[in-house]
Amino acid sequence: MPITVALDRSPDDPRPFIERARPTHPSLIDTEHVLAELYHIVNVPTLIWIDAQGRICRPHDAQFGTDTFTAFHGKASGPYLDLLRAWVREGKGALAPDEVRRHQPKPTAESQQARAERALAWHLQQRGRVEAAERHWRRAGELAPKDWTIRRGSMPIRGQNPFGPEFFELAREGTPEYPMESVTPTRVAPRRQL
Amino acid sequence: MQRFTILDGGQRVELAAEIAGEQVALDPGSVHEELGWSLRPEGLCRGSVCVPVRDRAALVGERGIDLAELARVLDRPLALDVAERAAALGTPASERRAALEGLEAPDFTLPDLAGRRHTLSGFRGKKVLLIAYASW
Repeated sequence: MPITVALDRSPDDPRPFIERARPTHPSLIDTEHVLAELYHIVNVPTLIWIDAQGRICRPHDAQFGTDTFTAFHGKASGPYLDLLRAWVREGKGALAPDEVRRHQPKPTAESQQARAERALAWHLQQRGRVEAAERHWRRAGELAPKDWTIRRGSMPIRGQNPFGPEFFELAREGTPEYPMESVTPTRVAPRRQL
Repeated sequence: MQRFTILDGGQRVELAAEIAGEQVALDPGSVHEELGWSLRPEGLCRGSVCVPVRDRAALVGERGIDLAELARVLDRPLALDVAERAAALGTPASERRAALEGLEAPDFTLPDLAGRRHTLSGFRGKKVLLIAYASW
């Protein structure tokens, strides 16, 4: 059962994609970044396998369902889709508990402080306190420079284009990478430099 | 006394506070009513949980309970904007790490486009592929 969760500021942002996809699975909206906080998610897409007993059995992977942007990010979709099919059909590909723990991204004092700053920034922004919000967006970004749910996720909110120059600048700092990067064999090319 | 907003997890609560410079002193009655904490001989307590308070004088002054010190005692990250009279209390890394290390997928309830709420633990018995994505 896929459960998709949009880390967007409003249901309106993912609405066109959801309506076009017409999913038969739960397609949820997370405007307060509840999921990002609970699971320590620092970028999208992030995929996590949860077994039928409700336990995480394959932690955070940054993988794609198509090859539309392979030329940019350098990962092929085929191998991960194969892994998924093997899991669903044959129960293969889950990691042993200690392997899961070793490969989970770990929250830190700074990353948690950043999430509190993000929550305050979002609260202030929604109340039109734009200058005050900006201080806290910046503070959050300084505390967690590799958390793109904060640094890129806030761009639409702050009037920046998450596919434009501010994003190119952010991307030059290097993409956040999960520990599973070295485990899941989908890389076919280096990430393109912008 | 002024109104002071605290974002506490998913809740937004309003407390009575006195502000002097960068110090925010929360009215103890407000702290008890809105956040559930009160100072007892055993320490700072909420329900059956008590957190020891080493420096009572730092926590409780004439004007009330110091917000920064409250956050420190509770080991919670604090994002503070005194001028905007607002703050967010976060969750300590130790708590998040412990939950993830336990491997039980943290439960959550979120709405779909129609506003229907779905809870992860409701899918027990099925394998779940959790996909976080965004329009950005």
